[in-house]
Amino acid sequence: MSDLLNMLGLAQSAELLSLSPPGWGGNLLRGLLNSLQIAFGAFGMGLVIGLFGAYGKLYGGPILRDLLAVYTTVIRAVPELVLILILYYLGSDLINKVSEAMGYGRVEISGVVAGIWVLGVVQGAYSIEVLRGAIQAVPPGQIEAARAFGMPPFMLMRRVTIPAMMSFATPGLANLWLIATKDTALLAIVGFSELTLETRQAAASTRAYFTFFLAAGALYLIVTLFSQVIFGRIERWARRGQPSLRGGTR
Amino acid sequence: MDSFSGGDLASASSGRDEEAVRIEDLHKSFGELEVLKGVNLTARKGDVVAIIGGSGSGKSTMLRCINFLETPTSGRIYVGGEHIAMREDGTPANRRQLERIRTRLGMVFQSFNLWTHRTLLENVIEVPVHVLKQSRAEAIEKAQSLLKRVGLGDKADVYPAYLSGGQQQRAAIARALAVDPDVMLFDEPTSALDPELVGEVLTVIRDLAAEGRTMLLVTHEMKFAREVADHVVYLYQGRIEEQGAPDQVFDAPKSERLQQFLMSIN
Repeated sequence: MSDLLNMLGLAQSAELLSLSPPGWGGNLLRGLLNSLQIAFGAFGMGLVIGLFGAYGKLYGGPILRDLLAVYTTVIRAVPELVLILILYYLGSDLINKVSEAMGYGRVEISGVVAGIWVLGVVQGAYSIEVLRGAIQAVPPGQIEAARAFGMPPFMLMRRVTIPAMMSFATPGLANLWLIATKDTALLAIVGFSELTLETRQAAASTRAYFTFFLAAGALYLIVTLFSQVIFGRIERWARRGQPSLRGGTR
Repeated sequence: MDSFSGGDLASASSGRDEEAVRIEDLHKSFGELEVLKGVNLTARKGDVVAIIGGSGSGKSTMLRCINFLETPTSGRIYVGGEHIAMREDGTPANRRQLERIRTRLGMVFQSFNLWTHRTLLENVIEVPVHVLKQSRAEAIEKAQSLLKRVGLGDKADVYPAYLSGGQQQRAAIARALAVDPDVMLFDEPTSALDPELVGEVLTVIRDLAAEGRTMLLVTHEMKFAREVADHVVYLYQGRIEEQGAPDQVFDAPKSERLQQFLMSIN
């Protein structure tokens, strides 16, 4: 193994990437774990915002609809990097103001929580539109049938609307998840040690920029490939009962 | 509980004179367009009422007002003698009351409206298990016998998209029967079907009529209406133009419009 690496001239890279110090592999993996944690939290928060927001946009009163329209428009109009800076500093400033007013002094805000909050707000705006479109694509007759049989609204959402819209929503949600995993890299700007920041630090300390950024790229790629498998399964499940467009197979 | 419950009474002869559905002075407008202009109709238990009329006569709208899929503009709806509370604007005033009443009305739609992400069996047990909170095992057993009854015993685990329209509509009838409805509402159940599939659905409905089920049936199948109905109602431009026993309505129509309507479809 080491002979092979030597022959290819990769022995040094392997050493740099080794999981135990002085290698930086462990740092990179810790960064990846942080990134995934944030992506997962933000995606989940986005889904919750998206579901309520989509229902609000479809069935809410005029004031709620206007508020949601402002939210989705503003969030989608401003570059994410700018939003992250605004939301991060605004959020921590607000929390500190409240905390000081209550006499607790300044508080340390956990990077993971801040990251989830900031990216969750961004994801929520996109989720609203994905889910709104999916809900509208559900044949109205299926919802009408549930109402005609006396299904209460919340049960109707859980038993009919959500399962029926899943097949329309999955491709869009898969996109959002992949965007979430990569948006975590933007959090490097506020000093959060996710994968990209860890990579930059490792690269700067060792001058092996190429090795480390290539390694980080590979890690992002692995996450994407793995996600595609998972979403493929979810989509197959969500499309149960719908004949394939290709025809033939059941 | 309510004054009567379940389908046992429906077929009992003693319940024959009890009213199942009463519509009083029903008006419905869609914006400027007034579709129903004051309809009165009573169906007693065990009655099969066929509602006929040209397109745009308001027959589907009338049926859909009974379970408030359309909210009436004004009027009163009674199901099993119970008035469905409504506000000034026609929206239901008591959601729980409406939901309870809806579970006693088995509706069959023109376009079947089966839940496509559920198999036929899952479609049939959905309301009994989740809305009526019946035990799953019992609901499954009953659903299987209902599916068998409509000739789909071997299709329980198939998704609706893989079935013909006639099969889907028969499954939809099984779904409506699964709640043991006091009244069945059929909204043009054969209008979306290929001609050769109409017969199989009508056979199932005919069977239900013979069983003494209370049914309100909006239909274009005049021969069928004449055969199964106790009472035929002809709607014209949002009003009941003529009604009566099938022989009288079809053989000796008094209204000129009904005469023209019957001529035009024959």
